[in-house]
Amino acid sequence: MIELENVAYSYGGGELLSDITLKLAPGSFHFLTGPSGAGKTTLMKLCYGALLPTAGHLRLFNTDVRGMDRDDIAMVRRRVGVVHQDVKFLDHLPLTENIALPLSVAGRHAEAGGSDLEELMSWVGLTHRADALPPELSGGERQRAALARAVIMSPDVILADEPTGNIDWEMSQRLLHLLVELNRMGKTVLIATHDLGLIRATKAHVQARVLRIANRRIQLAGADL
Amino acid sequence: MKRFDLGALRAVFKGDRHSDRVVPPSGFTAQLTVFAAGAMAFLAVFALALSLASGRLAKVWGQELAQSATVRIVAPLDQRAAQTDAALKVLESTKGVASARALTDAEQEALLAPWFGPDLAIDSLPVPRLIEVVEEGEGLDPVGLRLRLSAEVPGAVLDDHSRWRAPLVAAANRLRLLGWLSTLLIATAVGAMVTLAAQAALAANAQVIAVLRLVGATDDYIGRAFIRRFTLRALLGSAVGTVLGMIAVVLLPDAGEAGGFLTGLGFAGVDWLVPLLVPLLIGLVAFAATGAAARRTLRELT
Repeated sequence: MIELENVAYSYGGGELLSDITLKLAPGSFHFLTGPSGAGKTTLMKLCYGALLPTAGHLRLFNTDVRGMDRDDIAMVRRRVGVVHQDVKFLDHLPLTENIALPLSVAGRHAEAGGSDLEELMSWVGLTHRADALPPELSGGERQRAALARAVIMSPDVILADEPTGNIDWEMSQRLLHLLVELNRMGKTVLIATHDLGLIRATKAHVQARVLRIANRRIQLAGADL
Repeated sequence: MKRFDLGALRAVFKGDRHSDRVVPPSGFTAQLTVFAAGAMAFLAVFALALSLASGRLAKVWGQELAQSATVRIVAPLDQRAAQTDAALKVLESTKGVASARALTDAEQEALLAPWFGPDLAIDSLPVPRLIEVVEEGEGLDPVGLRLRLSAEVPGAVLDDHSRWRAPLVAAANRLRLLGWLSTLLIATAVGAMVTLAAQAALAANAQVIAVLRLVGATDDYIGRAFIRRFTLRALLGSAVGTVLGMIAVVLLPDAGEAGGFLTGLGFAGVDWLVPLLVPLLIGLVAFAATGAAARRTLRELT
């Protein structure tokens, strides 16, 4: 699905990632860990085409990104749900419209107001906040809303970058439970986090592979925590 | 994002309730765009009025002067009447001449009155007799007529007005060109103004664009939301400006005979349809300008 082969990424004259080889197979569950500034977010961005490698090969759904234009990348993003720690919404639209935004963008307007949306809102526990504007939401609600938006297109891959960074432990558990559920439904999940306690808690429920980035490289690829 | 997309042009009028909502409302910028487009359309209507009036003037001057000529009989007093009659006979048989008549003494006195005063004894002065010639069809052949007159009426001189008609018509044509040039400049100014406004709106909505891209929006989708908004604003403003401009032209005071050129400033007949093209022109310019701004900004916001 997503393959990186000897990928490097440089910015401003410095190399942020070097010689990264990684394959996200269908239905797999990965944690990406490492200290702050190690390049977790950069690697995540490479995985959905927000950044392009400066060396090596990056294949998204079997297509090399070097042969893709911006429209091709947009199509890739419809197959990859992304959740950021600092999640952004369209602040002038109510929550339901924000969550249904990927459907609207893809021209699937009929589904944007359908029962699936209601079900999804209920799944992430935000039915009662349907009409709220994003700035009115708490940190936990924003993260759950981001997850709902990320999965509404039923993507093949879910990338979550520090999804629990701004929320309490209980809410973190709830969010991770949702991600585990998605993985059981066959979705590939990659979570970037530096919270080892969270990784241990999750590994009790799902077979996850833990990757560690340090010194610009994936050092413990394949090792279980 | 394609350079020119007919689908995008259709989408401007068809609309998309969902994509319209993704761009947050921006009250002040919207009002400025509408106002600027309106003011430009108002000015464009006047430039068009000037251009079309100049065109009519050039046509009228050209036609009226081209359809008339004057024959001067410069002869001693005792031969003047005979040569006048001879010249009239020549003119009667000349192709392209509808009518020819010698001005009466009273008419010639009236012509000279501004210089010599009233009660001029024209019979006692060596004033040439004037014959007014009205042409028809494609007009007379001045070279041929001059040859015949020189052979049959030695004192006759043909003046076909071409010497002073040409600069008048040239001046009117130049005025018409300036009018069209002004209209084009106004359209260009609208383009520049809409480009700036659209670029500012796109830059101010960088976060919106980032969110849309994150969820899989193509450049076409993002661009159309902005293009539609700015095109419709420019269309609305220019439609209002055009209507106000046309009303102002209608309400121009009638300067009467003394007004000369100003009396004719405005639209006549089907010319009234021309200013209706102004909103379409401005709308198209806004569409193209916003499209270019969107393409540039979206390319930069990778």
